[in-house]
Amino acid sequence: MTTNQISADAPIIEAVALRKSFGTHEVLKGLDLSLRRGEVVALIGPSGSGKSTFIRCLNHMEVPTEGTIRFRQRKVGNTFRDKGNEIGFGTLRRHVGMVFQHFNLFPHKTVLQNVIEGPVVVLKQPMKQAEELALDLLGQVGLAAKRDAYPNHLSGGQKQRVAIARALAMQPEVLLLDEVTSALDPELVGEVLAVIRGLAEKGMTMAIVTHEMAFAADVSSRILFLDHGVIAASGTPQDMIRNPENERLKGFVSRFHG
Amino acid sequence: MTYNWDFHAVWQYSDLFLWGLGMSLLYTIGSIFFGVIIGFITCAARLSGWRALDVAARVYQELFRCTPLLVQLLWFYYAFPLLVGETIDNHVAALLTLSLYVGAFYAEIFRGGIVSIDKGQREAAAAIGMSPWQSMTRVILPQALKRMLPSFINQSVIQFKNTSLVSVISVADLAYMAAVVNGQTYRPLESYTIMAALYIAMLLPLTQAADWIEKRLRISD
Repeated sequence: MTTNQISADAPIIEAVALRKSFGTHEVLKGLDLSLRRGEVVALIGPSGSGKSTFIRCLNHMEVPTEGTIRFRQRKVGNTFRDKGNEIGFGTLRRHVGMVFQHFNLFPHKTVLQNVIEGPVVVLKQPMKQAEELALDLLGQVGLAAKRDAYPNHLSGGQKQRVAIARALAMQPEVLLLDEVTSALDPELVGEVLAVIRGLAEKGMTMAIVTHEMAFAADVSSRILFLDHGVIAASGTPQDMIRNPENERLKGFVSRFHG
Repeated sequence: MTYNWDFHAVWQYSDLFLWGLGMSLLYTIGSIFFGVIIGFITCAARLSGWRALDVAARVYQELFRCTPLLVQLLWFYYAFPLLVGETIDNHVAALLTLSLYVGAFYAEIFRGGIVSIDKGQREAAAAIGMSPWQSMTRVILPQALKRMLPSFINQSVIQFKNTSLVSVISVADLAYMAAVVNGQTYRPLESYTIMAALYIAMLLPLTQAADWIEKRLRISD
């Protein structure tokens, strides 16, 4: 895709009037979101509120039933490759990385092979260049020493850090994090959150679905509260978590403060 | 009662046994070769997402999985020619039937291996921008093939034994030749024991290899 120059405060990725149904069950009931460069948005809300489905729509992992996703102001189409004015979801995914709750590392590949897979196979980078970048990224997530280990020999926290490095190796403009600490033992959550915090400080644009309220408040510039498939409230961490006004949000947040 | 074993009388016909064994091996290898192709196409049809293809593939699979191989051989050799108005060579009928039979089972082994891979793997591949083809060849298949291998070998062992049925349509395989030797020598104990021993000699290394591979794969998981 050609890198067309866009103004600094134009959104990188947008969702407009997004709806998603599974069969007759409508999960998303018209959501809008616009992410600018360097912004970190946290999506919170009860289970089944649609937060995961929502960010999965942003990289076309779920196909929206209605509404539009725009990346760098171009509509995302329903084909893998670009078609006319629309960009393909294959192109979209090259620029929008995703990290999953269950890591989904490739078990038949070593840590290093997991990280270079995208750059080499999808971006057609030379092996040497891909490895250099991968080792740099593995260093950043503190796992350079594990480069030749297989995923099954890693702890959950280590796996998730490799998964983050794998997503970063594509040098994405946006990173989507879907409950990336929910499957981890409590003592391993911190190491993963530290990596994400580091990314936020470096200005990575991110949408983060999380149940870690303190983390959401700490790392994000904006919080969206999803409830029953709509954005029920949104605002700064200060407004949303420390002084929530919305009744549902208040109830939701108070349960996390114990 | 003591039986007077006499392998000597039977052993004069060793070339018949060898010829039969060669035929059995040829039918095994040939039908596995075509069976893999048929199984692959059938599996692709089942997973294509096209309803018509899926249904057609299923009908084929169930027809061949739910009738005995012996019945299929008889049907293709004696009944099918009447349907198409052409005689069909017994070697052709044998290879065709064996291939279609094993292909139906292979398709299920392939399909099972592919669908057993966690959908998170496909999603992870998609998330780094892989096309469905790249995802299948680089992520899904390498993992699925490992899972398929033990069942694949097992089915192929069964296939070798199944080739013995082609003797009913006069294909001169090992079982057929053992019957010929018995007819010449009136020594069923020796003839059929040699036949059994030859089957064991061929298959025992294969089943042992399958066990070994399965154990290795379990460790590397």
